[in-house]
Amino acid sequence: MKDKLYSKDLSLWYGKKQALKNVDFSFKDKSITAFIGPSGCGKSTYLRCFNRMNDLIATVNIEGEVVYNGIDINGKDADPVEIRKKIGMVFQQPNPLPKSIYENVAYGPKIAGIKKKKTLNDIVEKSLRKAAIWNEVKDELKKSALALSGGQQQRICLARTLAIEPEIILMDEPCSALDPIATAKIEQTMLDLKKDYTIVIVTHNIQQAARISDQTAFMLLGELVEHGTTKEMFEKPINTETSDYINGRYG
Amino acid sequence: MSKKNIEITVRCLLFLCSIISLMILVGIGYFLFKNGFSAFIENGLGNFIFGKTWNISKNVYGVYPLILGSLFVTTGSIIVSAPIGISVAIFMTDIATSDIKKIIGPCIELMAGIPSIVFGLVGMIFLVPLIRENFSPPGYSLIAAIIVLIVMTMPTIITLSEDSLRSVPRQYKEASYALGATKWQTVWNVTLPAAKSGIIGAVILGMGRAIGEAMAVYMVIGNAFKIPNSLFDPSRTLTSNIVGQIEEAALNSQHMHALFACGIILLIFVFLFNGISFKMRKVV
Repeated sequence: MKDKLYSKDLSLWYGKKQALKNVDFSFKDKSITAFIGPSGCGKSTYLRCFNRMNDLIATVNIEGEVVYNGIDINGKDADPVEIRKKIGMVFQQPNPLPKSIYENVAYGPKIAGIKKKKTLNDIVEKSLRKAAIWNEVKDELKKSALALSGGQQQRICLARTLAIEPEIILMDEPCSALDPIATAKIEQTMLDLKKDYTIVIVTHNIQQAARISDQTAFMLLGELVEHGTTKEMFEKPINTETSDYINGRYG
Repeated sequence: MSKKNIEITVRCLLFLCSIISLMILVGIGYFLFKNGFSAFIENGLGNFIFGKTWNISKNVYGVYPLILGSLFVTTGSIIVSAPIGISVAIFMTDIATSDIKKIIGPCIELMAGIPSIVFGLVGMIFLVPLIRENFSPPGYSLIAAIIVLIVMTMPTIITLSEDSLRSVPRQYKEASYALGATKWQTVWNVTLPAAKSGIIGAVILGMGRAIGEAMAVYMVIGNAFKIPNSLFDPSRTLTSNIVGQIEEAALNSQHMHALFACGIILLIFVFLFNGISFKMRKVV
């Protein structure tokens, strides 16, 4: 059986500059896959291919396939709006909308056409609980999400993503702007969510990849150098570049 | 000269220039009040502002119809130019491809630079006959002035709204798209609310432009001193009143004072509009 989500021979250019080179990778269901690699290696760009976020950049050119549920998501028949409802994303910088906590979480369901107050209330509570922030904010749902701390904002963003009930959650360095305590909370939440969701995380933090991921992939200069189970990758990497990077000897 | 002396000289020169521009502004205000303030005393403030007669031979001056005329053309034009202008701004920031932007962008800038008398001329030879023949004579009318002002205020509203739409952080839009929003949902629910205060500021600045426009309005409004009963009636504004009469007014006469007082009222309106606009745009 084919995997639910994979890329085949995926290349991407920003104008003339090639950022991804023939990346083949297949994601395991209901597990956490981490992408590591130095800045500019293309791992965030790769992640953004899966919910067509690169559409927003005019100069991008994509070749190859990104397949989700058997459909090429860059194909003519694919609707980016529908894809993004199934493949959610948490960004590097916490980016709550300038609205209340409640409105942030209810945003996705609302634009999807859910109007009933009761249903929305239930979704908001369920999502905030799953993101492990319900107890902190349940009494101030009307407060602006921008007034929260960075760590809380990021968990609101996670809750907001969960509210649209995606199958896959893409996380683009979700903890890079957060302190260690907030990071630990997000990581714990990810481990809890793993049983229901397929999670892909891009991270600069090698220890983070080691702590939470089941598979790890190492990228360098737009190429996928090596991938495998996290245990294998960290204990006996095949490639010297991988082991250099993991052991902190790389740029 | 030593480096330090050059530094000091340049600083003094720049300071002098900014002081001069400030003094010009104060000077204009002083001059207006000096020549116009007596009109408030000669006619009585209440009679001047709410009076409905403008009789040069009897020296009775009331500007109520002029204030109404100015407010009518301003609101009339802004009601149309604001929604169109904001729509164009949204199109330019979120929808147009870069090729289309390269054509429309300079066109809008050019439109902002066209001298007002050209708008007046086109209005006079094209718009006025059109209204006379298809709707109601004489053609010179409130609606003609409103249409000319719609075109004239649009570039201001477009460019300033565009600025504030563009300054909406990209992260907000990304967040919205990533949650499965369409382009239109993102514009309506995220971009527009985030740019709201800047857009309101742009519209109010457009109002300032409309209320202050003299020549183009003078050429198409018909300049009849009365409160218009319909859009097709000729009318008169504070500005067109000054343009039409300043040449025949004798120096230091009550007539001249009354015209300058019209200028004072205009100045107050424009200060008010610009002040609100400045405040709104700063909120962003």
